[in-house]
Amino acid sequence: MAGAEGDDSLYPIAVLIDELRNEDVQLRLNSIKKLSTIALALGVERTRTELLPFLTDTIYDEDEVLLALAEQLGSFTVLVGGPEFVHNLLPPLESLATVEETVVRDKAVESLRKISQEHSPVDLEVHFVPLVKRLASGDWFTSRTSACGLFSVCYPRVSSTVKAEIRQHFRTLCSDDTPMVRRAAASKLGEFAKVLELDYVKSDIIPLFTALASDEQDSVRLLAVEAGVSIATLLPQEDLEALVMPTLRQAAEDKSWRVRYMVADKFSELQKAVGPEITKTDLVPAFQNLLKDCEAEVRAAAANKVKVFCENLPEDSRETIIMTHILPCVKELVSDTNQHVKSALASVIMGLSTILGKDNTVEHLLPLFLVQLKDECPEVRLNIISNLDCVNEVIGIRQLSQSLLPAIVELAEDAKWRVRLAIIEYMPLLAGQLGVEFFDEKLNSLCMAWLIDHVFAIREAATCNLMKLVEKFGAEWAQNTIVPKVLGMANDSNYLHRMTTLFCINALSGVCGQEITTKHMLPVVLKMSTDQVANVRFNVARCLQKIGPVLDSSALQAEVKPVLEKLATDQDMDVKYFALEAISGTFPFISLTFET
Amino acid sequence: MLSPVLCSDLAALEPEYTEADVISTVEFNQSGEFLATGDRGGRVVIFQREPQGEYNVYSTFQSHEPEFDYLKSLEIEEKINKIRWLPLHNPAHFLLATNDKTIKLWKVSERDKRAEGYNLRDEEGRLKDLSTVTTLQVPVLRPMDLLVEASPRRVFANGHAYHINSISVNSDCETYLSADDLRINLWHLNITDRSFNIVDLKPENMEDLSEVITVAEFHPHHCHLLAFSSSTGTTRLCDMRARALCDQHAKLFEEAVDPSRRSFFSEIVSSVSDVKFSHSGRYLLTRDYLTVKVWDLNMENKPVETYQVHDYLRTKLCSLYESDCIFDKFECAWNGTDSVIMTGAYNNYFRMFDRASLRDVTLEASREVCKRRAVLQPRRVCVGKKRKETDVSVDSLDFRKKILHTAWHPKENIIAIAASNNLYIFQDRLTPNGHHNTPEIQSAPPKWQTQPNPPTY
Repeated sequence: MAGAEGDDSLYPIAVLIDELRNEDVQLRLNSIKKLSTIALALGVERTRTELLPFLTDTIYDEDEVLLALAEQLGSFTVLVGGPEFVHNLLPPLESLATVEETVVRDKAVESLRKISQEHSPVDLEVHFVPLVKRLASGDWFTSRTSACGLFSVCYPRVSSTVKAEIRQHFRTLCSDDTPMVRRAAASKLGEFAKVLELDYVKSDIIPLFTALASDEQDSVRLLAVEAGVSIATLLPQEDLEALVMPTLRQAAEDKSWRVRYMVADKFSELQKAVGPEITKTDLVPAFQNLLKDCEAEVRAAAANKVKVFCENLPEDSRETIIMTHILPCVKELVSDTNQHVKSALASVIMGLSTILGKDNTVEHLLPLFLVQLKDECPEVRLNIISNLDCVNEVIGIRQLSQSLLPAIVELAEDAKWRVRLAIIEYMPLLAGQLGVEFFDEKLNSLCMAWLIDHVFAIREAATCNLMKLVEKFGAEWAQNTIVPKVLGMANDSNYLHRMTTLFCINALSGVCGQEITTKHMLPVVLKMSTDQVANVRFNVARCLQKIGPVLDSSALQAEVKPVLEKLATDQDMDVKYFALEAISGTFPFISLTFET
Repeated sequence: MLSPVLCSDLAALEPEYTEADVISTVEFNQSGEFLATGDRGGRVVIFQREPQGEYNVYSTFQSHEPEFDYLKSLEIEEKINKIRWLPLHNPAHFLLATNDKTIKLWKVSERDKRAEGYNLRDEEGRLKDLSTVTTLQVPVLRPMDLLVEASPRRVFANGHAYHINSISVNSDCETYLSADDLRINLWHLNITDRSFNIVDLKPENMEDLSEVITVAEFHPHHCHLLAFSSSTGTTRLCDMRARALCDQHAKLFEEAVDPSRRSFFSEIVSSVSDVKFSHSGRYLLTRDYLTVKVWDLNMENKPVETYQVHDYLRTKLCSLYESDCIFDKFECAWNGTDSVIMTGAYNNYFRMFDRASLRDVTLEASREVCKRRAVLQPRRVCVGKKRKETDVSVDSLDFRKKILHTAWHPKENIIAIAASNNLYIFQDRLTPNGHHNTPEIQSAPPKWQTQPNPPTY
C-alpha cells in the first residue's frame, strides 16, 4: 500500500522511519511510540520481513526506547497479519527478554504473555514453547529469569508431553545456580501452581516450594512465603497440614528477619488461605510471636495487620482470641521502643473498637488510645486522630475529647511544619465529629492562628481548611466567626498577612455566597487596591477575577471594573499584567485599549 | 609457583606523569578475563586478556568528574576509590566505580552492527531529492568494526556524608554495600534514590568519636554476612538476618596487644587498611601497617596466621609518622586457591606469603626491572650490613614509591600491581595458558614474568 498514494503521504512515514535511528533519544522514542503507524504504512508483509528483523537487532538502544518497543509489540498482532502470523513477534520480544534492564525484560515478558493468548494451540507448541525453552536454558541469567514468567501462560494449552517438559524446565530453574533465577522462579511459583493439575501441585510444586523456602539465600526464602500462600489456596484443607504448614511455620520463625517480615506482611492473605481452623491453632500463636519479634521492622509489619487479622478471625471465638491473645501484645506495642511500630499500630488500632464493641472499647482500648494520643512521636498522635471516625461510631468522640484537645493543640504548634500541615488536613473531619460548639470553643483560634504561620504551605492549607469548615458549618457561621477575623487582617502591617486575607477571600467567596461576598468582602478587596505593596495589588486583581462569578453584574460594573481599570495603568508590570488578565477574564465582551 | 611478569606500563614511554595518572584501584572481574583500573583523574581503563594471555586495553572512559558541593563548600575529587565488577549478566560487562561521594554503575558492551539506509538522506547525511523518494525503506543492520561502548547505567548519589572507602557486591546479585568513614549503606542495584543504612558508628557528639570504618566487604557466598574493619584494628562480622540495623556485630576479630609493646603509634599501625574474604569464605585477610593477618571466621580472639610485611620499619615509625606515610592504606589479596597472600610495601616492593610452606618473597615492580618477559628477582631488605650486592638497606628505601593496590586473578597465577602511574601484570611463567597449577613460593628465585607486550594506553 505504500507508495500508492504518492510522495506526500510517504513523507511523514519516511521521517518516522528515519528517526528510528536518530541520535536524539527523544526522537527515537517518539518514532518507536508511533511504530504502529509505520507498520500500517509498510503493510503486514513488509512489517514481518523488514521491520521486525530490524527491531530484533535494535537491542543496543536506551532503556526507555527498548521499554516502549517491548510495550508496542504486545499489541502488534493485527499489524503483522493477525493471529496466524503472531509468532513473527517472538524474535524481537525474545531479544528484549534477555536485556539486562529489569523493567525492559518485565515489559517484554508482559507482552509475550499477552500475545501467547493469540497463538493457536498448534502455534503455541511450534513457536512459543520452543522460545520459552530457549530462554529457560539460556546462558545468561537474564533470559532464564524471563522464562520463569512464561510457563504459566503456555502450560494450560499444550499437550501432556509438552506439559511434562515445561514442568521439568521449571524444576531446573528452581535450583538454578544464580540467586536471581531462583528468585524469579520463587516469585512465579504460586502462579505456576495455579495452572497445574492438583496432583502435580502435590508431587512437583510442594517439593520445589519446600526447597526454595529453605534456600541458603534469604532473598529467595522470603519470596517462597508468598508462593506458599498461593499454594495453600489451591490445596484441599486436609492436605494443608502435611504439605504446607511445616514450611510456613518454619518461615515464621526463620533466622532472617526479612523472611519473618514477609510472613507478617502477607499475614492476612495467609489467614484467608489456610482457613479458620489452622488460623486458630497455628496462626494466632505465630501472630503473637511476630508482634513480639526482636526486629522492629517485623513488629511494625505485624502491627499493621492487627485489625485485619482480628476482623477475619472466626466469629465464634473472635472476641476470646482477641481479648486473651492479641490484646496483651497490642498493649505492649503501645509503649514499644520503636516509633515506626507505634505509628503502624496507631494507624489500625482504632479499627478494633468496631470489632470489640462499646464495653470492651471503653474498658480496654480507650486507655491505649489515650496513651497513644500523648505519645512523644507526632506521627503516632496523627494516626490516632486521623482514624477517630472508627471510634466515633462505637463510643462517640466525647469520651476522648479531654485528651484529644491537648494532643491537637500540641500538634498544631509542632515545630515541624509538615506535622502542622498534617493536622490541618484533619481539621474538617474533627470539626464534623466534634460539633460546632466544641469547635468554636476550642479549635477556632487554632485555625485562625495558622493563617499567620510563617510557612506559606501552612497558610495556604489554613485557607483551604477555612473553606471546608464553611462547607460544614454554613455561611451564617462563617459570617459570625471567621469572616470578621479574616477581613481584620487586611489592615495588618505585614503585607504577607494582608495577602492571606485575599487568599482567604478567594477560597471563601464561593462557599459564603453572593451576599456576604458583595457586602463584606468586596469593599475590603477594593480598598486594598491602593496598597503600597505591588504583590498585594496584583493579588487584588487576581482576587477580583476569582470572585467575579460570585458577584452580580451591577457590582461588577460599578465597583470592580473601575478598580481593575485603574490597576491596569499601575506602575508595576505585574500588577498591570494581572489586571488586564482579570479584565479579559471577567469582562470577555468588552475590549478595552489602554495606553501604556 | 610464584614468578611475576611485567604487564603493562601505562605511562608508556613517558617517565613524567601527572597526579591524575596515578592508579587508585585495580580489580579483576569474576572470570579474570577483564581487569579494570581506576585513577586519580577519574578514568577507568579496562584490559581484556587476549587468547595469547596478554592483557590489552579494551575500553577507557571517564567515570567521574571533579565536582563542587556548594552547600558544604567542598570540593569532590574525581579520584576512583574502588571498582567492583558485577557477576556476569549477559554479554555486556557491568562494574561499579566510586569516588568519595558518588557510585556509578557502568555497562561496557560491544556493538558490531550498524543501521544503514535512510529514506530522506543518503548515507553521508545529505538530503535526497524528495521526488526520488517513492518507496519506504526500512533500515538494515550491517556488520561493522567492533565498537566497545561504556555507558553509565545508574548513578547512586547523595548516600554518604563522609568519604566512601569501600563498595562490595552481595552474593544475592541484587544488592551492594557502600561504606564511608562512619556508615555503611545497603543499595539495590536497580534503585538509585534510596539506600538503607545498616551500620552507623556516628556518635551523638562528634567529640566522642573513637573509630572510623576503614573497609567493608560482603561474604562471597552468604548474602547475609558482611565484615567491616575499623581504625582501631578490629574487624567485625555482621549478620544481616538478625536485625535490620547491624550496629551490633555478630563477631569481633581482635588481637590483644601486648602492653609491653604499646607505644604512641600502636593504634595507628593497627588500623586495618584492607579486608578480604578468602574465596572459600572461611577466612578473613586483614592488612594493617606492618602485617597481614589471616583470621578463621570461627576464632575471634587471635589470627590463625600473621605475616610481617616490613617489620624493619618498626623502628622508623616516628619519621614515617612525620611524613604521613604511616597512614598509607595498603591493600591485600588472596590467590585463587587461598594458598598465597599478596600485599604491597615501599620502594615499589610487594610481598607474597605462601601459607603452607610459610615461605615469603619480596619482589619489585618497577620500570627498571620489569623488562619484557624478564623474570623477577627476589629482593632483600637488610637492617644492618649488606650481605649481598643486591640487598637494599632500610635507609635507602624510597618511601614515595609505594605499592598500595594489588589484585590477583581469580583462578590463575596472574597478578596486577599498581605502582603510581604504572600497572604491571605478572604471570607465573610455568603456568601454561588455561591450566592451573598450585602456587607455592620457592626458595629459588621466583619466576614471575612480566607480560610480553606492554599494552599501549
